[in-house]
Amino acid sequence: MSKPTVYADNNATTMVAPEVVEAMLPFFTGQYGNPSSMHYMAIPAEQAITRAREQVAQLINADPSEIVFTSCGTESDNAAIRGVLAAVPGKKHIITTRVEHPAVRNLCQYLGKNGYRLTELPVDKLGQLDLDELRETLDDDTALVSIMWANNETGVVFPITEIAEMVKSRGAVFHCDAVQAAGKLPLDMQKVPADLLSVSGHKLHAPKGIGVLYVRKGTYFVPLLMGGHQEKGRRGGTENVPYIAGLGKACELAGVHMRDEQTRVKDLRDRLEKELLEKAPDASVNGDRVSRLPNTTSISFKYIEGEAILLMLSAEGIAASSGSACTSGSLEPSHVLRAMGVPFTRVHGSIRFSLSRYTTQEEVSYIVEKMVPVARRLREISPFGRDEQHAQK
Amino acid sequence: MWDYTEKVKDHFYNPRNVGNIANPDGVGEEGSLACGDSLRLMFKLDEKGRIKEAKFQTFGCGSAIASASALTEMIIGKTLEEAEKITNQDIAEYLGGLPPEKMHCSVMGREALEAAIANYRKEDVEALRARKGQVVCECFGVTDNEIVRVIKENQLRSVEEVTNFTKAGGGCRRCHPRIEELIAGVIGVEQKQEAAHPSLKKMSNIQKMKLIEEALEREIKPTLRADGGDLELIDIEGDRVVVALRGMCSSCPSSELTLKKYVESKLREFVSEDIIVEEAKP
Repeated sequence: MSKPTVYADNNATTMVAPEVVEAMLPFFTGQYGNPSSMHYMAIPAEQAITRAREQVAQLINADPSEIVFTSCGTESDNAAIRGVLAAVPGKKHIITTRVEHPAVRNLCQYLGKNGYRLTELPVDKLGQLDLDELRETLDDDTALVSIMWANNETGVVFPITEIAEMVKSRGAVFHCDAVQAAGKLPLDMQKVPADLLSVSGHKLHAPKGIGVLYVRKGTYFVPLLMGGHQEKGRRGGTENVPYIAGLGKACELAGVHMRDEQTRVKDLRDRLEKELLEKAPDASVNGDRVSRLPNTTSISFKYIEGEAILLMLSAEGIAASSGSACTSGSLEPSHVLRAMGVPFTRVHGSIRFSLSRYTTQEEVSYIVEKMVPVARRLREISPFGRDEQHAQK
Repeated sequence: MWDYTEKVKDHFYNPRNVGNIANPDGVGEEGSLACGDSLRLMFKLDEKGRIKEAKFQTFGCGSAIASASALTEMIIGKTLEEAEKITNQDIAEYLGGLPPEKMHCSVMGREALEAAIANYRKEDVEALRARKGQVVCECFGVTDNEIVRVIKENQLRSVEEVTNFTKAGGGCRRCHPRIEELIAGVIGVEQKQEAAHPSLKKMSNIQKMKLIEEALEREIKPTLRADGGDLELIDIEGDRVVVALRGMCSSCPSSELTLKKYVESKLREFVSEDIIVEEAKP
């Protein structure tokens, strides 16, 4: 029997929805016109972009004119942060958090070494911010605050409405990286006074290589890519028509499946988590379990190492990810888990399972069935935790 | 995803000799939980002094488990004199190679074996520590002698390679200048000419000064400032560059040697191979 494909790494990337592929195809073949052209070939391309802009706007309850298409979430973050700072040259203070995605974190740290004052807010054991600390840190020199909606590693959701209101009341610009939140949580830009918001296509069943930057009307913003008049001069470069059409469709579908994500997917995640905590040795959840994305769980298995777990799961057809040093691409383990104070005994053995609307009950059962013996096996190989194991017996 | 060889995968999915030996003749441990990998290796000798049994326990990634498993297979049947000749390269070769970023797993294996042999010979801990030398990388606890040995055995030429093999320099990066120095010490002066920029040799003094200032501003000072230090350019006479250390650098005892070498190597990279850096005498 061939091994099944059990994809539980949807915070890394998602399967492109078949409906999305279908929506894209015409723009590779017959309707390949440039929307800026002055002939009949431009019309379907332009219509597709207009339609997609409406579909994206609807998902986050924004005005279509506030949607700028980009090439990815990282570009959206860079365009937002650099664009705002360039527009307010007098202010030199940036506030962000210690748990941001590298697209925000590395850029802010770079700016912090190049003429800006950077504050990186700490998080508590649950991965939550202290809003009083944010309030105290905001000052007249604060140009920009960039805080994520939901964390990619733990799924922890920040109280973004409160944060946005606080930042706005102090006269600073607020950017939110909503790459993990979009499509998983209802986002309402009429209720959340964020000025800029980043979204990535491939996290919500559109392809890689397409993103969105929401720019609220009246936000001063200098484009990152200067060029033609595309996107009303806010992002030069010929529009990626097929991908934009695909992203539009993906946003429409995300709206349709939002309830499913909040209920069925959440139930699957909760079941997966509960069973792993019960059956695997020394397992614990990282982060706030109340204010959290419905699809994500970060579980640490004490005294065993994440890459080894992933390789064993992978051999069974299960795809997940880890915050261990060996999988981070550097020798340092996850900055998110370290910022939360997760001890080394657990940080290296952290595994993130992130589900999607395509995940089934059977797949969750399969993950539990395979994960538990993998944890036991690696625990047998590990030199640590023997005394504890014996003590438990 | 790492491109592991079939042999690595085999030793990872089916590790040999996992576990403990009751009353082992030698036990060695390397690494720690904090560092992300750790190995405990033990062996028992037969009456002729050959390793008849070897067992290991590993906390670590796929290649750490595979390296430990391979090592136990390699040492069984050998005398200690034979076993201690095994290098990290031998372990990697036995496995059909390891990804460059994972070579430290093979080094951990060799070090655990060394520690186990030292333990059997009742070599005293202080002597062992003295043999290891001084800690260079605080983050991962790697010493200068360990680094030099790995540089020599594997013909390493860059800090990145040293990090791949020993983890040293993979954390706060503060020890990078010292690692560069150790590499330079091993390879000596012979490579100096290779890296020279012949096109830059016929610079005017003004051009050279501009390049020196640029390298200081863009490359050197930002690094020093990251550690709370700073540097001031005092004078340039031909190829002789006189600088004064400021901030934390000025009170740091290792600064004179480390910084002079670091600044000099950077100026040689960006300006000219002939640059000599001197510290201004107060």
